[in-house]
Amino acid sequence: MPDESASQSRGGLGVEFVQFAKRYGARFALRNVSLSIAPGECVALVGPNGSGKTTLLKAAALLIRPTSGRVQFSASANGDGRNSHDDSTAIKRYIGLVSHSILLYDDLTAEENLVLFARLYALDSPEDRALAALEPAGLAARGKDLVRNFSRGMRQRLAIARALLAGPKLLLLDEPSTGLDRAGQQWLGETLANLAAAGCTVLMSTHGAGDSNAFVTRAIRLIAGSIAEDSAVSGDARTMLAAALAAHQEA
Amino acid sequence: MASAAHAIETRKTGAQALATLAVALLLGVAAYCALFVAPTEATMGLIQRIFYFHVPFGWSAFVAFAISFVSSIAYLRTRTPKWDWLAVSSAEVGVPFVTVMLVTGPIWAHPVWGIWWTWDARLTSTFVLWVLYVCYLLLRTLIDEPERRAVVSAVFNIFAAFDIPLVYFSIWFFRTQHPQPVIGAGGSLDPRMLDVLLLCWGATLALLALLLRQRYRVEALRWEVERLRLEAESRGSVPHSLAALRDQEHSA
Amino acid sequence: MDLARPIGILLAKELRTEFRTRELLVSTLVFVLIVLVLFSFTFDPTTAESRRFGPGLLWLALLFAGSLMLHPSFTREQSNETIVALRMAPIEPISIIGAKILANFCFLLVAELVLLPVFAALYNLRIVPVLGRLVAVLVLGTLALSIVGTVFAAISSQARMRELLLPLLLLPLLTPALVASAEATAGLFESPPALAPVWMGVLAAFDTIFLTVTWLFGEYLLEE
Repeated sequence: MPDESASQSRGGLGVEFVQFAKRYGARFALRNVSLSIAPGECVALVGPNGSGKTTLLKAAALLIRPTSGRVQFSASANGDGRNSHDDSTAIKRYIGLVSHSILLYDDLTAEENLVLFARLYALDSPEDRALAALEPAGLAARGKDLVRNFSRGMRQRLAIARALLAGPKLLLLDEPSTGLDRAGQQWLGETLANLAAAGCTVLMSTHGAGDSNAFVTRAIRLIAGSIAEDSAVSGDARTMLAAALAAHQEA
Repeated sequence: MASAAHAIETRKTGAQALATLAVALLLGVAAYCALFVAPTEATMGLIQRIFYFHVPFGWSAFVAFAISFVSSIAYLRTRTPKWDWLAVSSAEVGVPFVTVMLVTGPIWAHPVWGIWWTWDARLTSTFVLWVLYVCYLLLRTLIDEPERRAVVSAVFNIFAAFDIPLVYFSIWFFRTQHPQPVIGAGGSLDPRMLDVLLLCWGATLALLALLLRQRYRVEALRWEVERLRLEAESRGSVPHSLAALRDQEHSA
Repeated sequence: MDLARPIGILLAKELRTEFRTRELLVSTLVFVLIVLVLFSFTFDPTTAESRRFGPGLLWLALLFAGSLMLHPSFTREQSNETIVALRMAPIEPISIIGAKILANFCFLLVAELVLLPVFAALYNLRIVPVLGRLVAVLVLGTLALSIVGTVFAAISSQARMRELLLPLLLLPLLTPALVASAEATAGLFESPPALAPVWMGVLAAFDTIFLTVTWLFGEYLLEE
């Protein structure tokens, strides 16, 4: 049983996509993607808009019913590929997602939001955990304000705090530096580095900029729903990230 | 290649034409029997013969909606598109059948009772039935993404199907408390009448099968066209090498 | 399958959100009041007519108001995609729908209990002698509206023309519940007051059947 009183669990969840395809009507968001991410890896996902990064992240979060194929998970060390559908409810406990939308209720305060999710994730002393999560995000002073009244940067910080609340073993981030100021990006970078050190698996879609890239060990490029390039196979993650940043700044 | 496809086409068209002819013939025979062979009803006279269309179309509509219901459940369990095709096809064929029933009701009622409509139990319930499946079809037109459309409309279909017996019962019981003139009641059912009725039902079922098959094929073809279009598109756009990839990126 | 815990947590959230703004509750109350009062003006019913048509009208007004009020159940979750956050949580998806059904049931019931005395006054009905039985009818009828209404709110939130679609889908499907509730309520105002077992049976059957269907198929509405 993981140590639930710690704010971060040790170890990570490995995720494997087996011939995963998802189509939305006429459009294939992901085409037969096969990808294996070992527990503890820190992977950057790059590619142009509409290449399927968001869908891939959501699929890893068990939010997408595949058109074909599947997602499976393995615990750190022994790698037993448990199929996602068997005990998906249990596995969700260990997955955190930072999405394009903030996934928070505007009509509740920051504290109320975090307490809600702490309860849903069956954490001990949800109120304490919520307060403890606000502190590092720099939001302790605004805990009793409605999220509706938060600035863009604060909303993003809270969204990240929410994802970290239950001490995930697999953290999925969709362009997490969006809306963050310099200090926020620094905080994000430190947090991710700590997570990486603790063995958490990180899969993050990025345009290549920001502090969060220091600990990335692998980069994957998606084009039109397929994997075009994987630094584990063909090259250096740094180079790919730099190329992605260049392409993004050109656009 | 082209000639083989053409041959299959011709053969299919041939079988199709034969089937259509057979159904038309059957309907013709049924209509003839309804109009001339069946004995004249004692109280209502000639207009009563519309009963031989009114009732069979209603029964066949129920068969169509039952097929739609089962298909919806099958789709939710298996997620195979053909069940969705069957669900929408049977509902789409069922609605006009119910319309026939709703239209022939007043046509029957007016000469006999002098009123076009009465909120009698069967007519009212059938009207609600009609509205429910029209809503099902309407719902489908309002959702663009095919998989969502199939799933969401299947759930609605299941709700509608379970609602039908409740609708019929509650309106029937309501009418026993607050009676109104009833269309279609009264009159004796001679065994020869039953024979003609069953014949007409058989004919409408044949028509149902024919229309259903046609509609199902249209849906299947639509799907096939979409799939081919996607394939053609993807062949054009998926790059074959890293170099082609960079070229594509720069041109995008 | 522990449903009670997540349903409890989510129900608290729904109630907290609604009572903070109270917009839905107030709109529902006002809407039903307006309908009831307008009917009085338009038709100027006699006492006997009031007694006869009043209950049916009350339920009709509740149905319309309800279908407007149920609409935000799921559209509210679309603004920050909070529905995704709920789906990610380690809870059974059906508990999300279950909590919303219960929340909508509470809101509607509160609105009805507030409206009851007003309704009785407008239509000269003596509710005190039949209060217990009346509440029983209200509970079963409101449950019907909540169950089907919440599921259809989930359905219509995924379609175009969603504001119009919800009442359009809801009204024909709720016909048996509407008839049963109206008749059962009307029966309580006759002399002597009688609670019709058949109508209560219809409502109970309606609620049970659709709760079961929701339990079996509801979660598919939340998928992507």
